[in-house]
Order: sequence, then C-alpha cells, then structure tokens
Amino acid sequence: MPDPTSSPTALAAALRDTGYLADDGLATAAFLAMRMHRPLFCEGEPGTGKTALAQALAQVLGAELIRLQCHDGIDASQALYDWDFPRQLLHLRSLEASATASGEKLDADLVEASLYDQRFLLARPILRALRTVPSVLLVDEIDRADDEFEAFLLEVLTEHAVTIPEIGEIKAESPPVVVLTSNRTREVHDALKRRCLYLWLDHPDLAREIEILHSRLPGIPERLAIDVATAVRKMRQTDLLKPPGVAETLDWAQALQLVGARHLDVESAAATLGAVLKYREDADRVRAQLDTLMAS
Amino acid sequence: MSTPATDEADPIPALVGFTVVLRHAGLAITTDRVAAFVEAVDQLDVTSRTQTYWAGRLTLCSDADDIPRYERAFADWFTPPRESGRATELIDQRKPPPPKLAALTSPSGQGENDDASDEPQLLARASGTEMLRHRDLSELSPAEREHLRRLLALLKPEPPQRRSRRLRPARRGVPDARRTLRAALRDGGEFRELRRRDTSVRPRKVVLLVDVSGSMEPYADALLRFAHVVVRRAPASTEVFTIGTRLTRVTRELRMRDPERALAATGRAIPDWSGGTRLGEVLRAFVDRWGQRGAARRAVVVVFSDGWERGETDLLGAQCARLARLAHQVVWVNPHAGKDGYAPVQGGIVAALPHLNELLAGHSLATLERLLEVMARA
Repeated sequence: MPDPTSSPTALAAALRDTGYLADDGLATAAFLAMRMHRPLFCEGEPGTGKTALAQALAQVLGAELIRLQCHDGIDASQALYDWDFPRQLLHLRSLEASATASGEKLDADLVEASLYDQRFLLARPILRALRTVPSVLLVDEIDRADDEFEAFLLEVLTEHAVTIPEIGEIKAESPPVVVLTSNRTREVHDALKRRCLYLWLDHPDLAREIEILHSRLPGIPERLAIDVATAVRKMRQTDLLKPPGVAETLDWAQALQLVGARHLDVESAAATLGAVLKYREDADRVRAQLDTLMAS
Repeated sequence: MSTPATDEADPIPALVGFTVVLRHAGLAITTDRVAAFVEAVDQLDVTSRTQTYWAGRLTLCSDADDIPRYERAFADWFTPPRESGRATELIDQRKPPPPKLAALTSPSGQGENDDASDEPQLLARASGTEMLRHRDLSELSPAEREHLRRLLALLKPEPPQRRSRRLRPARRGVPDARRTLRAALRDGGEFRELRRRDTSVRPRKVVLLVDVSGSMEPYADALLRFAHVVVRRAPASTEVFTIGTRLTRVTRELRMRDPERALAATGRAIPDWSGGTRLGEVLRAFVDRWGQRGAARRAVVVVFSDGWERGETDLLGAQCARLARLAHQVVWVNPHAGKDGYAPVQGGIVAALPHLNELLAGHSLATLERLLEVMARA
C-alpha cells in the first residue's frame, strides 16, 4: 500500500479503505493539514461528517484519536493538565509520618521536587496529544467554548508546546494532526481561523451519499440505498427546520433495514420517520407529502 | 494548466495577484494568509487547476460566505487565457465599489434646508440637544444629523447579563473544597481559611436585526450607527444583521472602531439597500442559519422594522413564534409606533405582535435611549 501521506489522491484512497469517502477538497485539506502542520478548521451543517473525518484520519495514520469536547466554560485545567491534589497531599502526609517514625529530618527541596513529579500530573487531552506520537487531536465544537479559551488554544496550536511552571516546557516531538470542528453557532475569532486551513463541508451529492450508505451499512439492499438517499435529498430541498444530515440518512437506512424493508414504501417510511426528522413540524410536513417523496 | 503568468518559471506573481483580486472582492486577506497560500501550492501541484483551487480556498477563505466570492474570482483570474506578451498585473486597477451609504450620510434632501440650517442650530446648540432628542430622525436637517451622530456616539449601553451556570471564586457562597485544599497545601497542610465560590454573571447575547428596505430608508443610517455603538460596547456578544430582500450579516463590519469607516464598510456589504422587504422569508433565513444554531438562544433579539410585509403574514407570524421560543426576549422597534394615531394594524406587525415581549417606538434619540434601558433590564 502506498504511503497515504504522499499525495491527496493516496490519502483519499486510504480514507476510502476505512469507510470514509472523501472528495478532492477534503482529501487536499487533510493532506495540507499534515504537510503544513496547520490545524484543519471544519465548518458545516451538523451531520456532514466533520467528526468522522478525524476518526478516519486517525485510523489511516494508525494514530490515537484524542478528543476534546468543548463546552461553555471549559478552561485550561480541563483541556491541558491539572495536578492531582489529593494524591499530592497523601504523599506529603506519608512522608511526614515516616519521617516522624524514623526520627529523620525532611529535606524541604527534595519533598517539593517529589511533589511536582510527573506521576502527579493529570494529562488532559491537549497535553496527551502532544506527548502521544502519532496522534490526531479532535477539538470538537469549538464554537461552544468561550473566547478566552480560543485565545489559549491559539497559543498551544501554533507552538505545539505547553509550559508547566513546575516542570518546564513540554514540546511535541512531531506535532499532532489537529482537527477543529464548528457548527457555526457563533463566529470563531479570526486570529484562530487565520492559523488554520478552512474547510466548509456541504451535504454530499446523491451518488456519493448512496456510496456512503453502502460503505457504512454493508449488506443494505441496492434499491433501499437509492430510495433513502433520493428521499433525503428531496427532504433537504423542501424547507425544513432541520434538514437531515448524513448521520440521519444512515440512522434512517439502518432503522428501515431493522424493520425488514427491502425498499422504501409509505408505511415503512411513516413508521421510521423519527430516525430522520427530529422536529414535530418537520415530521408533520413530510408525512403529508410522503407519496410525492417516494415517487422518483 | 493555465496560470496567467507569462514567466513560466515563476508562478508566484500570478498567485499573489489573485489574492489582490480577492481582497478587492471583500475577503479578509492578510499577508500571512498569502504566505500560507503560496506554501500550500508549493506542497501541491501548481499546474493542476483543482489543486490550486483548493489550496486557495483552504487558506484564503474564512467563512462560508466567502466561498461564492472566491469561486467567482478564481474563475475570473485563472480561466481565460490572457494575450501573451502582457505581464501579469499585480495591482488591480479597478476602483473598489463606492460606499452606498455615502448618499445617506452626506447632506440629504434636495437642498430644502441649505440656507436655513446654518444659523438657527448654531445659536441654540445647548437647548437644541434636548429638542433633538425628541425630533423624528427622518426629518432632520444636515446640521442636525451631524449633531445627532455625535450624540449617538456618546451613548453608553449597558450589555444585558445572564447568570452563568459556572461557579466562580467569591467571598461568600458555597464552600469550595478544591481551592480550600489547594490553599492548605500551599500553607504546609494547615487549613487557614475556608474558600468559597458563588454563581457569576456573563454578558447575554444581543442580536439586532435592522430593516434596510425602502420604507425604512430615512431611519437606516441612524439605526446602523446605533447598532455600531452597541457592537462596540460588547463586540463578542453582539450580532447585527440587516434585513431587506435578503439577510446580510454586518457584525464584522460594525466592529471597526471608527463609526464612519464602519458605516461605509456596512454600506458596501449590504446588497439589497432600500429595496423591498420580505420580512417573513428573511426572518426564516435568520432563524435557520443563525438563530436555531445558537445565535438567538437565550439572547435578546431586537427587530427594527416598520412591519410592512409584502408577502404572506402567516410565515412572518410562524417565524416570530420560533424566534420567541429560542430567544430570551424579542423586542420589536417600530419607528412609526411613536407617532400620534399609530395603531399596530399593518399586516406584518399584527402577525408578529402575539410573540413579542415589547413593542417600542424608535423614531428619536430619546426612544432609542429607552430601548437601551429595556435591553439592559432583560
């Protein structure tokens, strides 16, 4: 097998082997992210495969996938590192106890050095990614974190290093592949975007979506795959509150397979609609025009 | 394939020239982005059209809205084989498009007040301020407009706040075991004091939707200046969109410090200046693309519009209902609401009214100050 990092085409082929179908743009983006050591900033509708890309990349590179899920109020001690205070305290107490028992005097410097030892360091995702080679760091839904966290991330992602006052600088031997995802609930600061490669992901076209169904659900009847992909495509064109993404397509196809459908008909579609539409208004609307949706 | 460089050996002038065109098209191109672009092309195959396309799109775009502009510029720059013998022009000779807002900020009206405007206002500036606060924004003379602009810049909006779910270190509140232990460790294991933490407040998101259709034209300039003041006060938690026949996000433009430059940039960004209104459809676009994803969640949403809806009012009503379910508060500001004999009977406002927290006037400085109070309380 050729080296997947030698060209975008080789990378696309390797991604395909893992079951992730990448188009030109996506393969080029991932290729450049690895070559230029720049984070890849993926934005797009929910369910267009942003997170799955990081998983597939990790599989291709044989690297560990380290995931950092962002949320409101995330801070450095959850993303980077923290000291294990209870264990440090226990250690201190046991040192004191043994010193009292044997009547020795404790050396303050030695005690301090032993307190800030690597074994009391709790490595959180970013530090873990810097110390693991090779690794893929997925910073998921960065738009949910606060602005302060972005600024902090900026520093880590450009230097590929963190400084821990008690230990010193920890630098990655080779920088991890970093994938950031955003659902666009707010605009991420331009300074962060400037250091990244920007990839906008759209819903796949019909042929690719059918292909995705086949690769993710081996054994799905050909007819069912075509029916489902066509119906979902039509759903995206009628205006819905939440147009279904690829993840919903897969869920729906799987649900249909489980109820034993060989192709899409009105009854089975109505029964499994909850797998693809998540709003009552949307479901009502589609249910009213199910027959036009089936007609191909 | 075909980069328009005449010098075959060096594609860089053509690549850099392309970024200049993009900058004119309105993309935020910085030098480090250009460097990244050249580096990306270097990693790929410069003779391949697709690869050059993707190298540029990945390094030079920073928003989904940039992509259509990028595509047009790319097709423009790289497709037509230029006449040989002509060197690549590094500098785009075309002038940037003129700011559309200039028509509004420069003396308006057909000279009706040219002679009258000079003396009286200058004589009575001090008491004029108080009068000006209550004058209708659409009926001001050029000199009064200038004065109003300065008054607007003096507004000090207080951003609304919400309680955060997170606890922060505080004097009083619940005991903070972790910090207490940490402090004790620092003091050699002695517990000297009990640390505490308490809930904190964070800025609440604010979304301003400004109608820039024809019927709102006399107010649009002042309202956008008002929006600029609000954005400058809390840039991270404020979003501004203009609504007309389409939705335009102008937050980025309004973040500039200088009001004149911010307004000029905003004017350039708005494609549907003083056209028609399709309130319902545009509001739906907002809720779909921004609101539901998070911009309107827990936010204070302020709609500046006269509620003239050409389309179906059912749609507008349904979208207002969605917005009300997402947002913390929905405030509608109607410039006509402060006038004598106003009743909310226009189709649009009737449909929206059941879903609003407040309907306010917005025709004068005093009413805008009142709006700020309502927002700060939210």
